[in-house]
Amino acid sequence: MNDIIYKIGEGVVSPLGMTAGAVYEALCKGESRAQRYENTFGLPEPFFASLLDEDKLDSAFSALWDYGTEGYTKVEKAAIVAAAQAINEANIAADREEVIFVLSTTKGNVDLLENNPYEPERPYLWRTAQLITEYFDNPNTPIVVSNACISGCAAQIAAINQLRYGGYKYAVVIGAEALSKFVISGFQSFKALSPERCKPFDANRRGLNLGEAAAAIVYTIGTDEELDAGTLIVQGAAINNDANHISGPSRTGEGLLRSITKANEGFDTSRLAFINAHGTATLYNDDMESIAISRAGLQDVPVNSLKGYFGHTLGAAGILETILSAHALNHGRVLPTLGTDTPGTAATVNVCLQSQATRGDSFMKLISGFGGSNATMTFRVKR
Amino acid sequence: MSYTITSQCQINDQQVILNDNLLVQRTGEGDWLADIYHAIGMQYPKFFKMDNLCKAGTLAAELLLRDLDFDREDVKPDWAVILMNSASSLDDDRKYQQTIADAENYYPSPAVFVYTLANIVTGEICIRHKIGGESSFYIFEQFDETQMHTFVQQAFASNPELTHVICGWVDVDGDTMDVRMWLVVKV
Repeated sequence: MNDIIYKIGEGVVSPLGMTAGAVYEALCKGESRAQRYENTFGLPEPFFASLLDEDKLDSAFSALWDYGTEGYTKVEKAAIVAAAQAINEANIAADREEVIFVLSTTKGNVDLLENNPYEPERPYLWRTAQLITEYFDNPNTPIVVSNACISGCAAQIAAINQLRYGGYKYAVVIGAEALSKFVISGFQSFKALSPERCKPFDANRRGLNLGEAAAAIVYTIGTDEELDAGTLIVQGAAINNDANHISGPSRTGEGLLRSITKANEGFDTSRLAFINAHGTATLYNDDMESIAISRAGLQDVPVNSLKGYFGHTLGAAGILETILSAHALNHGRVLPTLGTDTPGTAATVNVCLQSQATRGDSFMKLISGFGGSNATMTFRVKR
Repeated sequence: MSYTITSQCQINDQQVILNDNLLVQRTGEGDWLADIYHAIGMQYPKFFKMDNLCKAGTLAAELLLRDLDFDREDVKPDWAVILMNSASSLDDDRKYQQTIADAENYYPSPAVFVYTLANIVTGEICIRHKIGGESSFYIFEQFDETQMHTFVQQAFASNPELTHVICGWVDVDGDTMDVRMWLVVKV
């Protein structure tokens, strides 16, 4: 039956490297580019974050595009570079009608509200997506998913639905986020930011680090028989709302638990190599995830969070972390939770602190966000 | 599998129309969304904390469910909220931007910032009616009924347990108010 959704291309733009492979190597070395910034973006207070190097981004963008970097914003350039890598690896013609673009971003070009040298509609998220499809000469109306922090997984799920039920053959899912005075001041006002490297699931965690990144995956639909060994397959996925609070997670992990249960229907979770949690390192998020994981009976499965390496990349997070977790799975490895030394959450879970070998053939990606949304995606690798 | 629209609600800057009947007509220059709230007899003090996008979506959802026999307090994992618009949360984004624009008058507010995400309206509707299924928000330049229908169709196709979907377009952008929402029920 033609119902297997699998990955045929990927791209990553991160402060840790300008390809998925380079970033995975940096992760294996325990590298992080999160640092303290002062007098940046016109913010009165310092902040700790992981920002893209604009020179490196511009040179990657210039290598693709002969007409200079003037006409595009940072988030657009990052999205285009990541998408170009993914499309190139997938070896598809992005200008064909059988290809649909799905963009995940929470704030896109919101910094243009302060000063917009472009056309008036440029801060609109549909315009960002339109510029990307125009760049690739794609004729279809792109889908923009803006579901707060779960956007990256919600966009993958939207892409899967387009392949299963929408008649498309390929979906290019792109997540991109740039930071600005707008986003950082908002998280500061929430007292959600850590003054130092974030410590996911640690007893002494003090909040999150924000990060900039873009990541892209090309998915297609086909039969299991046609797959090469090592191909990443979407096993199951679900989105569930807590119906509890707009800016705080459920105390009991209700929505996340429901999505874990639904995404793993009919799947033997003893195959899981690890759980790649959202693990933002805020008090409430990590407690909530520990409760949901534990209530799902998965407290012994190794759990990691990648936020210590590149921060919380908002709309890019779900896609970026899926790609890097897939690399780890293919290398038979569980990546450690960088920054964490003393796990301490409401429920006890098996936080991975040291790189470890695994024989599992699958992983579960968890993600939660404002608006009470939660998503779970389970992936397996073709053996 | 089949499903049907059981109610529909439109709100613009002058009128509220429920199932093709004019329900509220704007009369004065006051707070239009608060006027609707009072006119329909809604009792939900949280409403007054919301930004205009959330107020508009919450009012429309309230009306869509008004004549439905259901227990609001019962958690509903098999209900979904799927909304879309053009302006995302830009209406509230502009208000938040004003709070950080001036170094001499810098007062970023978490109460304003929390609404600078388009999907908060789906969260508010889920909280009000204890909807625990999918909540999704999409952005398109213009409302496209075919596109909306496709998303609803895909939601039912991908989730056999789904019974109710609150869906539609909810766009608030400065003076523009364009809400067209539907309740779709599996039959």
